[in-house]
Order: sequence, then C-alpha cells, then structure tokens
Amino acid sequence: MVEMVSRPYAKAFEAFAAGNPDILCLSADLTSSCEVDGFRDRHPDQFLSLGMAEQNMMSFAGGLGLAGYRPFIHTFGVFMYRRPYDQLMASIAYPRRKVRLMGFLPGITTPGGMTHQSIEDISVMRSIPNMTILETGDATEVESICEAADSIDGPVWCRVLRGSVPRLFDTPIKVGEMRELSSGDDILVVTSGICTEEAMRARSALAKAGLSIRHLHLHTIKPFDSKALLDHIGSVKHGVITLENHVTEGGIGSLVAETMADAGVGKRLIRLGLKDTYAHGGSRPYLMRYYGLDALALVRGIEDLTKQNFGITEDDLDSARVEDVHSLVKAEAL
Amino acid sequence: MRNERTTEEVALGIRRRVFEHSMRNNGGYLSQACSAGEQLAWLYNEELNLGAPTLPMIPKPFEGVPSPSNPDYHTGAGYNGPAAPDFDRLFIAPAHYALVAYATLIEVGRMAPEGLEMFNKDGSSVEMIGAEHSPGMEVHNGTLGIGLSTGAGLAYGRKRRGEPGRTWVFMSDGEVQEGQTWEAVQSAAYHGIDNLYAIMDVNDQQCDGAMSSVMEVGDIKTKFQNFGATCVEIDGHDISAMRDAVKESHEGRPLIILARTNPFNSMSILEERFPRLHYVRFKSEEERARMNVSIAADLGVEPVDYSH
Repeated sequence: MVEMVSRPYAKAFEAFAAGNPDILCLSADLTSSCEVDGFRDRHPDQFLSLGMAEQNMMSFAGGLGLAGYRPFIHTFGVFMYRRPYDQLMASIAYPRRKVRLMGFLPGITTPGGMTHQSIEDISVMRSIPNMTILETGDATEVESICEAADSIDGPVWCRVLRGSVPRLFDTPIKVGEMRELSSGDDILVVTSGICTEEAMRARSALAKAGLSIRHLHLHTIKPFDSKALLDHIGSVKHGVITLENHVTEGGIGSLVAETMADAGVGKRLIRLGLKDTYAHGGSRPYLMRYYGLDALALVRGIEDLTKQNFGITEDDLDSARVEDVHSLVKAEAL
Repeated sequence: MRNERTTEEVALGIRRRVFEHSMRNNGGYLSQACSAGEQLAWLYNEELNLGAPTLPMIPKPFEGVPSPSNPDYHTGAGYNGPAAPDFDRLFIAPAHYALVAYATLIEVGRMAPEGLEMFNKDGSSVEMIGAEHSPGMEVHNGTLGIGLSTGAGLAYGRKRRGEPGRTWVFMSDGEVQEGQTWEAVQSAAYHGIDNLYAIMDVNDQQCDGAMSSVMEVGDIKTKFQNFGATCVEIDGHDISAMRDAVKESHEGRPLIILARTNPFNSMSILEERFPRLHYVRFKSEEERARMNVSIAADLGVEPVDYSH
C-alpha cells in the first residue's frame, strides 16, 4: 500500500525557508491553495502578498532578485506564465534572476478546467533560455523541491503536487539526473509527474505478460541528460513510450523524440499525453482515463508498440488510490 | 559626483546632442528630448545621489546576453555608478528614451561623446531601444509597464535591507494604459514602499498620436492617488517645481511626480508633425533642411552639416 502524505509542500517549504533571510515567500491570493498559509501565519516577516496581479508580481520578483533576494512565487502554474509571460521573460528569465516559480496544479490535476490547467507550460518553459524545469512525481520530490530549486543559479520552473500525495521514492531530487525505476530490456517507458505512478501500476501486469520494462522517471526536464537517455534507449529491443500530464507537443514526449532524432536513433517512439487538446473539468482519475493518461492507456500504447495484445484489463492493474475531489486537505479542490 | 553646470545648461545640452544626432541620422527621438530634457537633467545633475561611473567612458561593444556561459556579462548600470547601499538607482522605464538618456550621460560627464556615435550600430551596446547592457540601463524596459514593478521590488528589497539609497523610475504617461502600472502602484502602496520614486513625462504622446485620440486615460493624478501613491503634478519644464515636488511628504507611499510637458518645447517646428511625434524621420530633404535651420535657431547653435 502506497503511503499518502498530506500537504507535503507546506512542511517542506517552511522547514527550508524559515529563518533564511534571503528567501521570501510570494503569494498571489492562493496562499492556502499553495500550502503556504501556515508559513504566512508563523513567518509573516518573510511572506509577501502581491494580490491577484501576476504581471506586477513577476517584475516585482525580478526587482527583489536584483536586491539579492531569492523569491519563491506561489500560485497555480497556469497563472504564473499565461498572462504575465512577457514579464516573466523580461524581468526573470533574461536577467537570470534567482526566482523560484512554484507552479501548483500541473496539467489535469484540477477540476478547474482550461483556465486552471497548465497543459503546455513545459513546452513554453523549455523554449525559454536560462530556464531550469523541475517536476515533482511524489511526496519525496515535493519535500525536496525547494532545496533542488534553490541550488540553481538562475530562474527555476517547478511543477508542484499538493494535497494528498503518494510517496513513491525514498531519495530526494538530484537536479540533472533521472530515476531508473526498473531495468528491463524490451520497452523503455519514460514518465514524469503523476504519470509515473500510473506506469508503476501497470508494471506487474506487463511483467506477468512476459514483457520486460525499463522505466525512467524524469524530475529534471531542463537541463536534460541526453546521453543517459540514449544509453537506456540502446538497452531495449522494441522502442520507447512516453506518458505525461501535458500536451505531447513540447513536453517530455518531444524531449525524447528530439533526443532520438538528434542522435539518429531509429527505434519506434509512442508519445502519450494530451493530444492537441484542452481538457475540461473533472476528477483526476476521470480526466486521466478520458484523456488517456493512465495505466491502461500506457498498456494499450505498449500493445501498439509491440503489435501484441496482452489481454490486460483494468482488473489486472495494481489498484489506484482513490482520491476525493473534495477533502480536508484541499477543501475547494481547485 | 556633481556636475559644475546648471541643470538648465544640461537640459539644453541634451537637446542639442539629440538634435545633432537626429539631423545626421535623418531622424530620431527629437520630441522626447523636448519633453524630458529638464527631467533627466534634473535627476542626473541635482537630485540623484550616484557614485562615479564604474564602466569605461567609451562603451564596450555588445558582450553577449546573460547566460551561464557568459561570466563577463554586465549591465549598463555602471554608468550610474556602483550599486552601493547609500546610492540611488534609476530605471528608464520607456526604453525608447534611450537616445535622450545617453545624451544626458554625456552632458553630465558619465559617457564620452563618442558613445552616441555607436547608437543603433550593429554590435554596439548603445542600443536604439535601451537594453539592460546599454549605458545607464540596468534592466530591460522595452515593454512598457515593467519598470515601476521592478522598481517597487528593488525598493522593497533595499528597504528591507536597511539601505538608505532610493530607487527612481523615469516613466512615460503612455504606460498608464498598461494594467501592470496600476498593479505596481497598488502593491507599492500596500507594502509601504516609500523609498520608491517616479517622475513621469506627461507629454500626452504615444506611437499612434495624441493619447487622447488613442486611448483617453483621464485624470492620472487622481488615479494614482486613489491607488495609494502620493502624487504631485508640476510643469515639467520648471526645474524649481521639481525641486519642490520631491520634498512632498509621502511616508508609507511611493512618490510619483507628474511632469506635464510640451512635446515640441524648444523645437517649435516639430508642431508641424503633431500628432505623430513618437519618432521623427524627415519626409524629404526639404523638410530636413528646414527643420535643421529652425531647430538650430531655437537651440542657439549652428545648423548641422549632415552632407558628409
């Protein structure tokens, strides 16, 4: 049974930031939604409310960076880049300010629909020079994201999970590395964020079907260790499949495709994720099933890749944790 | 570091340099020199507390943008002196005023006159739209509305560190059409950022023409006050009015000085081009010659020999 951790960011940020005078906690009216309400209450001197005014917040954070501070900005990821993209570029990314952009509710992890779902942020951030991109896939990564982000000499984009988060790993994020979760030699599965847990749910059923899976989890999307990925691709027979909580254009599917193309690797690649579509509002399991981001979608993708039908059904997969849309740890769910 | 000349002389010098440059280059930001000459002259010649320049009088060529692989990267802020706790900092929010700002640096002895000859030349750091590596610049302000927010963040940080130096932003009135300007003012007021100062060139001009014909912005002073700033409105060509305005008490609030200006002040012939004054490129050799004679007479200099 997977351990579930309640509001891991809340504890992790406070433990990391409290008492460090150069770290400031910035919020844009989503303080409890980003799990920094306790920090606000206990460390008001390090907390700065900037209201629902993200354009100003980006340039203001750039000014704080100029004064030698390392601001951690907390809001939903989508609000951090869609409206204030120009300010993010001019005031943070270009001058390499040490601003840590903590984007909550990545992809479809919200019932808030299109306006709340950052489904193309990785694509956008990958194309921004000087930007580092980290993504959390479990509670341990959420607990280590602050230290990892703050080790970067420049701006960092972080996709942060919140609420009730499973613990899948027992070691912290090591920037620039990737996790090898299984080392089979038939298929390479590459996942990130919440999709890693889905791939783990499918692994035993695939093993029973006689398929040997090599599974990589990416918490560092930029900078990226292309050579390590190519070594893994070289170790499998059939090809590569990616699964991500993001559109396949510009996300980790693209990252793998570009790496293979640049190196002239001729193996097959299947990219799973949001396929040139927005999502609508709904629970995470519903949305993951509807848009093909879950364990069963991965199995079907692997069947396509191997031209085999393993007869795997939902009943054969390891159980998914059932998460209430509304719960004590995130009352509004947005 | 103080200039020995009067601020009036510096303002006239700024206009002469911009005029001469624009004549030789068949156009330039003439109107901005007309409206903002006194403001930038006053800031640099009297009001700002700046240290000696830390960069060479003749600007170095473009040395690359910030990146992890460019360790020698520096901004153009060194022309305003070192970023030390006691000293003031200045952002030029409307980066297209760069030509006027460079002329100011020359007039107050912070940049060599040769610097202006590098204006808008390939490979030069003296860029047409002031970049953060351009002389006198510290941050990118090419998109309007960013400057005051950045100033607010820097001023907040400096206040928090107990630095006595002020953070100044030179602004243009067109920026009040951007929502970010209002976000910046409300955040500065809410957080009591009273070491933030702005002086705004209210010349009622924007790219498409007079602001009133592009997007009416109403009573800016009342708006700024309602958003929480202390705001003083003055004649932007009256230097003594600036000296008084900056003394306005503004505890817990940013101080914004609205300097109402004439976009063809001291170059009266530019009125012919009203309301399209944003960038004056001469339409014909005849116009260029006529403006050359007229503006030279207004400024008390000889017409520019631009034939070679």
